[in-house]
Amino acid sequence: MSEQKIVVTISGSDKVGIVAKITAVLAQCRVNIEDIRQTIMQGHFVMLMLCDISASDKPFKEIKEQITDAAASLEMEVWIQRKEIFDSMHTI
Amino acid sequence: MSDFNIKNIMETIEMIKVHHLDIRTVTLALSLRDCACEDVKKTGEKIYNKILKYAKNLSVYANELEDEFSIPIINKRIAVTPISIVGESAKEFDYVYLAKMLDKAAKEVGVDFLGGFSALVEKGATRGDRALVESIPEALRVTERVCSSVNLATSKAGINMDAVLQMGRIIKETANLTADKDGLGAAKLVCFCNSVSDNPFMAGAYCGISEPECALNIGVSGPGVVRWAIENMSKTADLGEVANVIKKTAFKITTTGELVGRELAKRLEIPFGVIDLSLAPTPAEGDSVAGIFQAMGLEQAGAHGTTAALAMLNDAVKKGGTMASSYVGGLSGAFIPVSEDAQMIEAARSGVLTIDKLEAMTSVCSVGLDMIAIPGDTPEATLAGIIADEMAIGMINKKTTAVRIIPVPNKKVGDSAVFGGLLGEAPIMPVSSLSSDIFVNRGGRIPAPIHSLNN
Repeated sequence: MSEQKIVVTISGSDKVGIVAKITAVLAQCRVNIEDIRQTIMQGHFVMLMLCDISASDKPFKEIKEQITDAAASLEMEVWIQRKEIFDSMHTI
Repeated sequence: MSDFNIKNIMETIEMIKVHHLDIRTVTLALSLRDCACEDVKKTGEKIYNKILKYAKNLSVYANELEDEFSIPIINKRIAVTPISIVGESAKEFDYVYLAKMLDKAAKEVGVDFLGGFSALVEKGATRGDRALVESIPEALRVTERVCSSVNLATSKAGINMDAVLQMGRIIKETANLTADKDGLGAAKLVCFCNSVSDNPFMAGAYCGISEPECALNIGVSGPGVVRWAIENMSKTADLGEVANVIKKTAFKITTTGELVGRELAKRLEIPFGVIDLSLAPTPAEGDSVAGIFQAMGLEQAGAHGTTAALAMLNDAVKKGGTMASSYVGGLSGAFIPVSEDAQMIEAARSGVLTIDKLEAMTSVCSVGLDMIAIPGDTPEATLAGIIADEMAIGMINKKTTAVRIIPVPNKKVGDSAVFGGLLGEAPIMPVSSLSSDIFVNRGGRIPAPIHSLNN
């Protein structure tokens, strides 16, 4: 794909260190965070990050694995998806 | 993304995670027209090699895309040219051998079904057509992944009643040869009226003779998503509003399929074909088309009003889906397969959903009498009568209808047939005990209706 943007969605119970741990993994993969939104939904901490992976030296699969491992260690649920899936669904 | 919107993102994720939004199938449609030979063994080899050449990366790339979008791609499948044509140049026909080669190729590339063991006989049969149809019971007994279909009628040609009668017998034989699996063979066999050449769903998928060398056709699905959207509405919202919500939901479901389909086609370096926006259920909880009727306000599928509800659903799905894609094709409507829909199974089991009601529903939705288990001792003539009725509905209404019916050996009303996996399980449904014998044995062709003369 020409555009290399992904959306990382993390949810789970709020705790110290979520943002620090995930952003550390992203930085280590040379993934640039372009936007972050965060909210509490039904008692759950939910954070969305729009990221650019074009400067990363790692393939999508590996970036996804690393983020997934980090989220698992925080006992958080994570979704890592190319952002096109949201664009196509929510724009005419 | 001009607006990085939490609500939209969470909605998409919830659709996938909770409500079973998925890509139901990615189907590689492949022409085998160039495999025809006088030596049927050569034909078999050519078929095998061509399928391997084109489809070897289908599963691998599909899995990659599943990973990149976190959306399940439930099935990877292949659809080929009707094999009656491909095997017809042989000096000595051997369609069972060709079925085995198709099965072997399907296993090698890792697809779960391969459709196209088919013949189009609406106006009459060629020698090859006849031979293929006679070979269907054995072919479906000795293979696992091959699916078969026979087109018996079109609005232009009428209904080939000789073939309808033949299929009554063939379906029974197919079920009997797979009696140890509750007649599973017949679950891989469809009779069509007005079949389409680019349907990505099984068991009726084949690659029509006017299709290109190869193409990728997509089937999306999300009855659970539609049900959820309706459940979020007020119970007093009028039907126009409900139709609107279904439309918008169908749009969202279809765009997802279009995105995944186009990307997969690009990676496979083959053209994108069509997206079939049918709502296809699975036996999983929450993934039911009948559940949509309940969300709309009917007590269960089978209540009076079900046909109207389905008509609205089918139409709204098409309207929303066509906004999402330029190339909508296949069957594109709502599917009502009894054994593959948890709430249909329930309704059939308790007797509130009958074959007669299902027959009425087929006049307004995109498939037909699908995955219906009936007593194993149903006479061939009765089967032929059931098929003839469906053919007539399709022919007169200029739409596709089909029959995928399983006379389960040694079982009767009150029993259940268990097919397993996506094919689910089905309660045996009663059929009329009246005789259709003399009518169907007349044979011949029911002529095409007057509206077919539209030039």
